[in-house]
Amino acid sequence: MTALAPLPDETFAGRVKWTLHDYRAIVGQEFTHLWRQPANFAWALGFPIVMVLLFVYVFGSAMDVTGQGAGVDYVAYAMPGMFAMTMAFGFTNTAWAVAEMKEKGFIDRVRSMPMASSAVVVGRNIADTIHAAVDLLVLFLIALAIGWRSEGTLWETLGAFAILIWLRFALIWVGIWMGLMVKGVEQAGNLFALAFPFGMVSSVFTPPELMPSWLGAIAAWNPVSATATAIRELFGNPVAAGTSWPEQHALLAAIVWPLVITAIFLPLGVRRFRNLGR
Amino acid sequence: MTTTTVEAVGLGKRYKDTAALDGFDLAAESGTVLGLLGPNGAGKTTTVRILTTLLRFDTGRAAVAGFDVAKDARQVRRRIGLTGQQTAIDDLLTARQNLVLFGKLFRLNKSRARERAEELLGQFGLTEAADRQAKGFSGGMKRRLDLAASMILAPQVLFLDEPTTGLDPAGRREVWDAVSGLAADGTTVVLTTHYLDEADRLCDRIAVIDHGRNLVDDTPAGLKRRMGADRLEIVAADPADLPALERVVAAVAEGDVVADEAGPSVSAPVKDPVAALTAAATALQDQKIAAADIGLRRPTLDEAFLELIGGTDQKEAQQ
Repeated sequence: MTALAPLPDETFAGRVKWTLHDYRAIVGQEFTHLWRQPANFAWALGFPIVMVLLFVYVFGSAMDVTGQGAGVDYVAYAMPGMFAMTMAFGFTNTAWAVAEMKEKGFIDRVRSMPMASSAVVVGRNIADTIHAAVDLLVLFLIALAIGWRSEGTLWETLGAFAILIWLRFALIWVGIWMGLMVKGVEQAGNLFALAFPFGMVSSVFTPPELMPSWLGAIAAWNPVSATATAIRELFGNPVAAGTSWPEQHALLAAIVWPLVITAIFLPLGVRRFRNLGR
Repeated sequence: MTTTTVEAVGLGKRYKDTAALDGFDLAAESGTVLGLLGPNGAGKTTTVRILTTLLRFDTGRAAVAGFDVAKDARQVRRRIGLTGQQTAIDDLLTARQNLVLFGKLFRLNKSRARERAEELLGQFGLTEAADRQAKGFSGGMKRRLDLAASMILAPQVLFLDEPTTGLDPAGRREVWDAVSGLAADGTTVVLTTHYLDEADRLCDRIAVIDHGRNLVDDTPAGLKRRMGADRLEIVAADPADLPALERVVAAVAEGDVVADEAGPSVSAPVKDPVAALTAAATALQDQKIAAADIGLRRPTLDEAFLELIGGTDQKEAQQ
């Protein structure tokens, strides 16, 4: 049975090679899921699409975000918000998936295997980040179809994309940590109740300026607002930014916020994973 | 020559105020099936999680396949397979995709992972279902796939935590056959169960655990022998007759008479089974008591088990 012995990973180079191999296997598994469950993919996008229709066509006619009259430029204002919101909500999918892996014993199984223990956490993030990019691309095409346009240069537009993915990347660490913390899949499902105000109390659909001042302050400092405002600037869409610091320095805030989130939740997630053995 | 493949000495594990394991010892000879038997919360799963490197422990030491579980976790992981309480397979993948994925995660290269998946599909009777999503599998098929996934590296030791819980009789038989087959091929198996017929059928030795401590370590036959004599049992036709039946049985009994109102039945160990049966039957006739059934029973593992567990509960109550 020696033919079954795994290749040696005693050297540093060997370890790196096998660790990457493990990541690839986990990412590959996630892609098979996508392929197998196109319906899930459609559901994940269903929510932002419904929100687009609701806000752009139902409430949008009454929205005056630029001070130029109700409904003026609302699609141009709301679509970047929608992109940011989709990035913000998606981490609950990560939490759910991680909670399910834990509940079904999948995580125990891989922990009893001679693979890199970081593969579950890191592989998950890579897969979900790629997933988010696909989500974003589809949403982008829908936005183009209903008349939204990026007025920015190609580089500005790509930069806006990078900033959106950057936000999701950071929030996926939150999702992984939460998925490992919750008791089970059911609790993970409830996380959406937390994600909803996080996504909505922001500049996604309405400028914080128009909210009561205390709520407006929360919305202005919300990382989702920073990303939404930053990409509006990059896309050349109406910004309607207020006077608060993060609104004035949206691009910087949109880069720093995810960095802070990652710096907190990446170590928390890794520590939680290691402590599963306690 | 036999060698000890799994050995744990004085394992202790505390969760806050409760001791999950309190000086537990365990040993399994290579190529044998060891059953860990005990009620819920006795420490069975904790033991398996420690031996499979999933859980750190506070005291004692444990070695699996010649490597220390705490110090050489990586070496241990290459030599064990684990099938936990839940079927840890990916429902969305096909049987083949699952085995190839786990093959890769066991660090086989792509072509070797594919080859191995093919072998295991054949070995566990899943070749026909290979390209179907595991989602649609029966409980028994899922379990077999789960077992196949833990056999990828042909491990020296296979740990099974309640492998047949929740399966229908056909599913249980499928899993039993698979486990017997593996043991016959020389895999050392450590399994937890609270089904005594399962332990009786599969295990070479049974370690009974309760409150994190060893109660008994014996063969299934030895455990039954501890129960001693055959039992005479009379099932009452009318529950009102139970006291009268108790008197009839007590007249021939060689130990405590047990009346079970749920039966409703009365039973007791007897020394000379045939004489006791005859005497009891005659007594029933003389006293005109109607009985639904009367007979002799060999002790089952269930009884051995209940007596052992009951014994510790009484001791605890006295303390």
